[in-house]
Amino acid sequence: MKISLSINGTSYDTDVEPRLLLVHLLRDVAGLTGTHIGCETSICGACTVMINGKTAKSCCVLAVQADGAEVTTIEGMAQDGQLHPVQEAFWEKHGLQCGYCTPGMIMAVCGLLKDNPNPTDDQIRHGIEGNLCRCTGYQNIVEAVKYSAEKLNAQK
Amino acid sequence: MSFLAKYIGQKVKRTEDPRLVKGIGHYVDDIKLADTLHVVILRSQYAHAKIVSINTDAAKTSPGVVAVYTGADVAGKVGFVPCAAALPGLNVPKYPVLADGKVAFVGQPIAAVVATDKYKARDAADLIEVDYDPLDVVTDAEASAQSDSPVIHEEFGTNVAFTHQAGTGDIDSAFAQADKIVKEKLNHQRLAPISMEPRGVLAHYLPGEEQMTLWSSTQIPHLMRTQVAIMLGMAENRLRVITPEVGGGFGCKLNVYSEEALLGWIAMQVHKPVKWIESRRENFQATIHGRAQVGTCEIAVKNDGTLLGLRYNVTADLGAYLQLLTPAIPTLTGLMLSGCYKIPAIQMNCVGVFTNKMSTDAYRGAGRPEATYLVERMMDCVALELKMDPVELRRKNMPKPSEFPFPTATGLFYDSGDYEKALDKALAMADYQKLRAEQAEARKQGRLIGIGVSTYVEICAMGPSIALPAGGWESATVRVEPTGKVTVLTGVSPHGQGEETAFAQIIGDMLGIDMNDVLVIHGDTSIVQYGIGTFGSRGLAVGGAALVKAAEKVVAKAKTLAAHLLQTDEASLTFENGKFVGAPNDKSVSIQEVALAAYIPHNVPEDFEPGLTATHFFEPKNFTFPSGTHICVSEVDRETGDVKILRYIAVDDCGNQINPMIVQGQIHGGIAQGMAQALFEEVVYDENGQLLTGELMDYAVPKAHQLPFFELDHTVTPTDVNPLGAKGVGEAGTIGSTPATANSVIDALAPFGVTHVDLPLRPEKLWKLMNN
Ligand code: FES
Ligand code: FES
Repeated sequence: MKISLSINGTSYDTDVEPRLLLVHLLRDVAGLTGTHIGCETSICGACTVMINGKTAKSCCVLAVQADGAEVTTIEGMAQDGQLHPVQEAFWEKHGLQCGYCTPGMIMAVCGLLKDNPNPTDDQIRHGIEGNLCRCTGYQNIVEAVKYSAEKLNAQK
Repeated sequence: MSFLAKYIGQKVKRTEDPRLVKGIGHYVDDIKLADTLHVVILRSQYAHAKIVSINTDAAKTSPGVVAVYTGADVAGKVGFVPCAAALPGLNVPKYPVLADGKVAFVGQPIAAVVATDKYKARDAADLIEVDYDPLDVVTDAEASAQSDSPVIHEEFGTNVAFTHQAGTGDIDSAFAQADKIVKEKLNHQRLAPISMEPRGVLAHYLPGEEQMTLWSSTQIPHLMRTQVAIMLGMAENRLRVITPEVGGGFGCKLNVYSEEALLGWIAMQVHKPVKWIESRRENFQATIHGRAQVGTCEIAVKNDGTLLGLRYNVTADLGAYLQLLTPAIPTLTGLMLSGCYKIPAIQMNCVGVFTNKMSTDAYRGAGRPEATYLVERMMDCVALELKMDPVELRRKNMPKPSEFPFPTATGLFYDSGDYEKALDKALAMADYQKLRAEQAEARKQGRLIGIGVSTYVEICAMGPSIALPAGGWESATVRVEPTGKVTVLTGVSPHGQGEETAFAQIIGDMLGIDMNDVLVIHGDTSIVQYGIGTFGSRGLAVGGAALVKAAEKVVAKAKTLAAHLLQTDEASLTFENGKFVGAPNDKSVSIQEVALAAYIPHNVPEDFEPGLTATHFFEPKNFTFPSGTHICVSEVDRETGDVKILRYIAVDDCGNQINPMIVQGQIHGGIAQGMAQALFEEVVYDENGQLLTGELMDYAVPKAHQLPFFELDHTVTPTDVNPLGAKGVGEAGTIGSTPATANSVIDALAPFGVTHVDLPLRPEKLWKLMNN
């Protein structure tokens, strides 16, 4: 099937099998390997991206469902060589170790802070419950989210 | 070495992170080679069966399929999956990379489909017909040791792989002299390590050059190179193993699996790059599991709380085959049965048995969490029996700092320790007496509050070579380049531990240079000298020690040249902030200038060997023994059995810290995993050997809202085993947190007369106990 979509502002016109998962389109067709795969069953959140401004697990979206959509992946977050404030925060607060969950986690946090710019600790922990991290015990991720919120709010 | 330096001891942000937060690091599946073929593995659906026939005809003609291989194709061509652990009389079953007529666990590889894309490979795998003849299954470890059990490997006539006895001291007289003997049966449930990145392999063979490159998500690139080369009958120096970014390991990638050799062999057949990426389901079925011991512990104790002896009769569930270190894991349990206490007589009687399940092997802590959980759970049982405060019982039996190096009845010498210091600090943070008073008050109101303490010691920095099958040294090269930039080649293989940062900190301080001028390279056997790898909390304590030694050699050589350049006496030179300064007139030359002079040797001493590089292989004389105290406060919901962690306090002592931020991160992650063992996680097979927890949907890896905020502090008791004085911290959190959490929840249930519950402490189990 022919589809066209925009990924990080670049348009792609491509012919895909109807069963192709969006995450495979991103990784194998567009070559954007920052979006990771940890389960393919919508549990781990490693594959989280933004579709039309809303977070989605790209392992559970067919590429054809993204026809006409605007997709943002982790590679689209840094602008002009500047890390996005959430990326900056993960670095600053040691919110990652192996880094495998990190791209999906950062996308999820962006979505969370869009909906709730001043989350409490509890809201943060519930807000990222769709994303698993096996390395950090989440504590520094929570710290990173709070720091992100401060930075983003200061930008407004 | 000084530890209040510019970088060492500071919370330096990690140099690894920019690429990782941007999503532009490369894990195995992110490496794309032109013309890569994709491999999908067909796995056994039965836990124990003869394979009567395999029909691959339809698969072979399926679109995009290049080849389909079964056990018959690789028999005699690819060696067996290796087990490196040697125990006297160990039964080692032959473990072919593709099943040869028989399968012994669900998930065992049977056939490999090679196709132009992964969807097509999966389609074709579905077309393979396997005719199984099911055999009787044994999944219970204790039943497997019985003579009426179905036998998994007929050649041995038994499911017992080994028996192992450990410990010294007069155990019989210890029990004869005891005022009380406290006995409990404990189950250490099977766990799945679950690195968020599953395993993966990419293999590329160049027939002209007769060289192969194997990218693998592993913790041990060099050991893998040796083992895979042997399996493939290939010269080791023609195989290059590259470990790119690795998305977590926790021990499960401290192994050599079927797929690594299989992919290598397939690459040699098809002469194109071949890639296999493990699915999460495969990861549950065919990546090693951890723990899985069931045993009875008896403690001999005096009425005043003095410990006299400990006996542990245990059955270790090994799974169907032996992976790299499978039989070694329970032996580590045996070494650590003294905990942080003086116990004059200790005996472990261990039987390792085969079951129709995936192999067990090293999972974060690897044998030590079992020991610590056992000892710390028993301490609470003893305290209850003696009506002593569990803290005072522990304190009474701890060795004093002056008693180190402390010899244990398990044959170890603990290097250094101040156990009471950490205990007191944790008690103060928790305000223990007040907590106990609050608990009593809460109980009156019907609230179920529990307080759990665990004081632990662990064995780290693996370790002296004599104690490890492949040697326990580590290597480092420090290469000062002509421009003064420094390249470090390390034999360790970090996968989240941040050693690129920690090692750059060390070199930055030792050579007096900007740490951003240091590049740390690891995980490429063609670039880095032979190394052992990252596991057993050894990266810094052994690998970092090798680095210090190599850097010292570089500085020594540079000093000789500096003295020549400054036309002064070497003995009069000092080296500070990257500069050699000479007496009497304070002339100086920088290490960068010396490096250039060493590579362009126009003005050097006679017989000076050009270049400025040094390698060191560091052999530790002992293990290190980090320790600490964890305190967990929990509340059990009387209505639902839900556990809420109210506070979690951890005071850990890993010796000197190079980067406290990284240390804390390691402890956070470790506590999370240990607490998850206490509360949530368990690999479950049914009686037919079917894996019931085969996806993340069924296996409870904790989410953020299920874990508490961790309150951390530390004490510092350096070790003299290595020049950094660092003990290692990768596993500490996991080891301390399982017993602290379990003790807390079981303490909460004390009003119901509960003295022990096996893990995991899920609501359903607790609800039943309260409503029985
Ligand atoms: S890969 Fe999509 S949720 Fe795990
Ligand atoms: S940083 Fe490793 S899984 Fe999150």
